[in-house]
Amino acid sequence: MADNLVVELRQAGPIPLDVRLDCPASEVLALLGPSGSGKTTILRAIAGLLHPQEGYVACGEAVWLDTARNINVTPQQRRIGYLFQHFALFPHLSARQNVMAALEHRPNADRAARADDLLARVHLDGLGERRPAQLSGGQQQRVAMARALARDPAALLLDEPFSSVDRATRDKLYREVAGLRRDLAMPTILVTHDLGEAAMLADRLAVLHHGQTLQTGRIGDVLARPASATVARLIDIRNIFAARVAAQEATRTLIDWNGLLLEAAPQPDFAPGDACAWCIRAAQIVLHRRDRPSQGERENPVPGRIAELVPMGDTVSIDFAAEHNGDRLQFTLSSHVAARNDLAPGIAATVSLRAEGIHLMPPDTTDA
Amino acid sequence: MDWTALRLSLLLGLWTLALLLPAAIWIGRWLAYSEFRGKSLIEAMLALPLVLPPTVLGFYILIATGGSSTLGRIWQSIFGGPLAFSFEGLVFASLIANLPFAIQPIQQAFAAIPRDLREAAACCGLSPWRGFRLIELPLAWPGLLTAAVLTFAHTLGEFGVVLMVGGSIPGETRTIAIAIYDRVQAFDDQAAGLMAAALLVFSLGAIAATTALSKRIGRRHG
Repeated sequence: MADNLVVELRQAGPIPLDVRLDCPASEVLALLGPSGSGKTTILRAIAGLLHPQEGYVACGEAVWLDTARNINVTPQQRRIGYLFQHFALFPHLSARQNVMAALEHRPNADRAARADDLLARVHLDGLGERRPAQLSGGQQQRVAMARALARDPAALLLDEPFSSVDRATRDKLYREVAGLRRDLAMPTILVTHDLGEAAMLADRLAVLHHGQTLQTGRIGDVLARPASATVARLIDIRNIFAARVAAQEATRTLIDWNGLLLEAAPQPDFAPGDACAWCIRAAQIVLHRRDRPSQGERENPVPGRIAELVPMGDTVSIDFAAEHNGDRLQFTLSSHVAARNDLAPGIAATVSLRAEGIHLMPPDTTDA
Repeated sequence: MDWTALRLSLLLGLWTLALLLPAAIWIGRWLAYSEFRGKSLIEAMLALPLVLPPTVLGFYILIATGGSSTLGRIWQSIFGGPLAFSFEGLVFASLIANLPFAIQPIQQAFAAIPRDLREAAACCGLSPWRGFRLIELPLAWPGLLTAAVLTFAHTLGEFGVVLMVGGSIPGETRTIAIAIYDRVQAFDDQAAGLMAAALLVFSLGAIAATTALSKRIGRRHG
């Protein structure tokens, strides 16, 4: 029977924390944030490896930490499967023995067979006798996953589980973990700084900055509607600008972007005259064909120039300077589209900003 | 060859090992994992026998174990004999003189175990004692072996401290190192040479065996 994992952590230092997380059973919650944002610290506090000044950690009925009531259960007593960033496999033990180390709650006679079952589940049949040094990075990650599952955990903590493996192996492991998690009826917290990884494996996303949860929600919601410019930056939105709300209408919100009026989907929380920040994902920016204009060009056309063009294999990264204020819009195009339109630095072009893609946020107060 | 002296030296080495190693494991592990004020001072005190002239160390131990010292009087009242100039006094001196040889390699070995391995052991549900037995001890093993060999070899070769604390009482405090000195003083170069060669071969063999074993363990853990 799986339960919700509820986490509340607060401390002033050495690593400041102000976090509230609620991860329902069978869900994967991704903690996304830059290095030093406190992601690993949160996992360590959940596992009982670190004691925050104030906090509450419970999985269903089991309260693991409650500083108000002086409850602080040892890591051994918290039924947690923890996959460490660099796997933390015991180097002197074989893969099977590594898994068996987490099976001491089971009868001695069952442990070897159970370890082999778990290794088979992560596609490592026949490699149980090998030591970690004799395994590839991907295989080590699988052993670590099998060991994390061996405790029959009530909650699973995955600390950047794919950061130590190469790109090709990572893609394979994503699919395996995605398959594995369908069978796991327990709350899972995945720490990552890779948005794509979070989008692929998680149901919900918590965006962290300086030890604080800035926004938590379903992945699609957070991606489409970041709560602030800081969140927008952390989820890889590069096109963030200042504007003023020009008018609120029933079907649309109009914003004044330094003299250029843009039409956005209705966002009634902002009053006309309010200063705001707005953002748009690169995928919502459409380049006008220079040889054959089309109907879609009526939607928020922005004339300007190609400021920079960086080939990136099959795609080209474009830095586009808006004519009216010099602000830079960044987006990518297929290489063949760029070639067909004869795009080069300095060339005049026009882009359309899809109204559905324009999202309004409170004014950006950060310097970044 | 003074077999009594050799037997006494081996016995002294074994006693030192048996008493010092468990304490060194505890102290070395504690120093490796803890950060606290005054840690450097404790480490410096434990390293003192490395830099102090053996006669100075021996002098202080002699003062501490002599018949008029507190320790000497307590010993006398319990066991009915003096601590200084006895085999037991030698063992005590040997424990002090070997502190750095036993503790430092063990401390380094525990410090080299990545923190996440110890944490992984706890997250696997292993109790602190099980984690120590199953994970830490096997990983720190080369350090323990080095500590044991260094301590044993150093005990066999210790001269200054032994002479100060034990003198040269045959069968009681005359170790092989003292016996070599005695033989040289008596112009018995043949006996001195034989015993010196025996010590040399033993020390070389012990160091070579430690290095080889450490490498083997290192490869296994690679």
